[in-house]
Amino acid sequence: MLTVEGLTTDYGAVRAVDGVSVQVGEGTITAVLGANGAGKTTLLRTISGLVRPRAGRVSLDGDELTRLPVEEIVRCGVAHVPEGGGVISELTVEENLRVAAVWRRGQAARPDEIYDLFPRLRERRTQPASRLSGGERQMLSIGRALVARPRILLLDEPSLGLAPLLVAQIMGFIRRFADSLGIGVLLVEQNARSALSVANRGVVLNLGRVVADQEPHQLAADERLRHAYLGF
Amino acid sequence: MTSTDPALREPAPGRATSAVRRAVGENTLLRSLVLVIVVGVALLLLSDVVTTYRDLQLSYGAYYFCALAGLTMLAGTSGQISLGHGALMAVGAYTVAKLRNTGWPLVPELAAAVVVTLIVGIPMGAAASRLRGPYLAGATLALAVGLPALADKFPSFFGGENGLSVNPSTPPASLGANFPLERWEAWIACAGALIVLFALYNLMHSGLGRSMRAVRDDEIAAGLAGLRVGRMQTLAFAISAACAGLGGGVFTLVYQSAAPGSFQLQLSLYLLAGVVIGGLGSLVGAVWGAALLVFLPNWSTDLANSFSLSTNVSHNLPLAIYGVVLIAVMLVWPSGIQGGVRALSRSRSRRLRGAGARSSAQT
Amino acid sequence: MTRFLDLTLSGISTGAVYAAVALALVLIWRATRVVNFAQGAMLMITTFIALAVINATGSYWLGFVAALLSGLVLGAVVERVLIRPVEGGPPLNPVIVTLGLYTLLVAVGGMIWGNTPRSFPAPFSLRGYRVGGTTLLFTPNDTFIVLIVLALALGLAVLFRATPIGLQMRAAAFRPEVARLLGVRVGRMFTLGWALAAVAGALAGVLVAAAPPSPTPLSPNAFDPILISGFVAAVLGGLDSPPGAVIGGLVLGLALSYVSGYEGSTLVPLAALAILVIVLMVRPTGLFAATRERRV
Repeated sequence: MLTVEGLTTDYGAVRAVDGVSVQVGEGTITAVLGANGAGKTTLLRTISGLVRPRAGRVSLDGDELTRLPVEEIVRCGVAHVPEGGGVISELTVEENLRVAAVWRRGQAARPDEIYDLFPRLRERRTQPASRLSGGERQMLSIGRALVARPRILLLDEPSLGLAPLLVAQIMGFIRRFADSLGIGVLLVEQNARSALSVANRGVVLNLGRVVADQEPHQLAADERLRHAYLGF
Repeated sequence: MTSTDPALREPAPGRATSAVRRAVGENTLLRSLVLVIVVGVALLLLSDVVTTYRDLQLSYGAYYFCALAGLTMLAGTSGQISLGHGALMAVGAYTVAKLRNTGWPLVPELAAAVVVTLIVGIPMGAAASRLRGPYLAGATLALAVGLPALADKFPSFFGGENGLSVNPSTPPASLGANFPLERWEAWIACAGALIVLFALYNLMHSGLGRSMRAVRDDEIAAGLAGLRVGRMQTLAFAISAACAGLGGGVFTLVYQSAAPGSFQLQLSLYLLAGVVIGGLGSLVGAVWGAALLVFLPNWSTDLANSFSLSTNVSHNLPLAIYGVVLIAVMLVWPSGIQGGVRALSRSRSRRLRGAGARSSAQT
Repeated sequence: MTRFLDLTLSGISTGAVYAAVALALVLIWRATRVVNFAQGAMLMITTFIALAVINATGSYWLGFVAALLSGLVLGAVVERVLIRPVEGGPPLNPVIVTLGLYTLLVAVGGMIWGNTPRSFPAPFSLRGYRVGGTTLLFTPNDTFIVLIVLALALGLAVLFRATPIGLQMRAAAFRPEVARLLGVRVGRMFTLGWALAAVAGALAGVLVAAAPPSPTPLSPNAFDPILISGFVAAVLGGLDSPPGAVIGGLVLGLALSYVSGYEGSTLVPLAALAILVIVLMVRPTGLFAATRERRV
């Protein structure tokens, strides 16, 4: 269980995240929604340690993660797929998977296991990642995040730039991982509808603050909320 | 409701002087003239009251200032680094040496040094404008190491290892028969420094200066806004080269010689140290830097002697100190001395204005 | 004809040394986006340390190992203490820090060892090979130089391509922030990169110190031209490309050898400068460009 309490992060003079509290349980997907600039990406970056918070706490099953270096947070079982995927273009597909496994040594998933999940990647295993299409990149970045067998997965806009069919596919994958591997997923999305279709919980941010924290069907039923923050 | 925000309050108006001050403040040309006159008179008086040894040091400081001011403008305003300004000083130095030996008078030969270095600086600037960061540093470094080799390649023209020696410029008869040579040289050197000060002050505070800073901060945006990036950077390089050339020309007059040994890589590194320590982009910083370059060798020799350190150590001490200071400044105080001064004055004025706002809010 | 052969062979030998320095510069550039202007001074220090060990123990190989070990330590310390604080800031700052380090190290070298020239022993014979009646300029020592630099290059290639830690180093160099998210201790990888680079530099130092035609009468400033040549070689091959560094070194070595042989040695620094300018004007990313912009 990932617990975020009263997290506050500044971006220069702007308060990007303002007193955000959220929880992600084992095997559940919590969608983080809101317009551009609402603070969603900064929230994820603060949790994974790329950015230092001004105030607040992040803990995983009681262990404090706040203010640890990124590499240590990763070693506690948190995986973060940044916006755009963060695929390392100069490395091959297989190298991208292998580098994520190094710190985990014997316990990491072997590339074959990831190829079973995403067969398209097996065909391209020795090609430089720069040659992948947008959808394949997202698959690689998610597969790579799973290599170290994380407990918590932070996903930043996995649907960005993808065709609707692929988006549905990816959302389906995410639901499967959460269920079968027991991973807790914090899913940041602008495509609120597709995120809510697989989420257990929806949190809406506006200007860094939480304005709603409800189950998806409740959010969908609230017309004012939908129109104001979710765009549908 | 009166605003108590210090930033919004006007500074309390003075008396009649404020009208004059405002007029001068708005006109850069006028301001620079006033500056040059004030500084010039101060230097004149200074040169009269100090010993001839100090006059000599004043000359050193002045020619260093020429090169440092040019370099600080290049690095600070235009955002380009050069490790080759020592070589550019050499160009000016040798120009004056050659012309002086064929009988040219004082002012034309110094003007020629400026022109020649300016001309040399144009293709160099054009090349430099296409290079960034470490590539530029590396290219100018190679220049600083390679150019002295020219003197070896054409020894007859450049006087080889020993260089060229010149006759000193004698003070005009109107100043009296006993007018010290060193003071006259100090006047020449300071005149050169004042010219550089005038030119660069106007440049840095003009629209061109603003454009250069825009290019420095974001080349792509500046290009999109219509600024001719390449041309601006070439111009900045050429002008800074001309300043270094003037400094080199004065150098020849003061030392009465121009030899390759005076313009090795070390000189370029000293110049860089001077602008970094003084504060990039600051003319006052160039003054600090010049003072550093003039006094540090003596101080470190004194230091070495007072601890009776061996010749090896004392010989290398100034260099070691430069190295340490360069590193320390970058790690601790990246804006240099002038940056530190500015930060101090900013916090002081903020406190003063805050107090002013508070007191008037109570009325 | 023998002249050409001589110049070619000696060009390969000096080229190998340039390649080692270029490798050092490229490793550091790839990892931390800094050009280490202090590389020449660093290898000067390690070479002097080697000389001290040789004089104290009488063994060349102990001195050789001492040079490499001191390089390892020096590189790691410099990165951790001096470069770490200025990584990721304005690009001018690390340039000035490395120049300051260069100045400081040259001064320290002068303080400890003075400016009196010394000579450095060579591990193998300096007498040229005899081929059918003529004596070449190429010596067994030259063979050693070429072989060991090749070994270095191959060793580094194996490290980077085939080991987990090499993979981590590459990831840290290409996308440091992403690498962090993959559990790579990026700071340690940078330190390791600098340490390995310094070893390459130290190797170049002991090799060039002994090799004719310039048995470099060792003084603190004697290694300045090596830095310039290494830089030109690195730029020629592409600052991002280790194989480019090796090829660039060899090409430069040959070019300068021909210039020196046919035009005289005084023209060599200018020739290096000319080559640098030409490369920067025509193909700034070098012959083997991996032209990616570095993203964080």
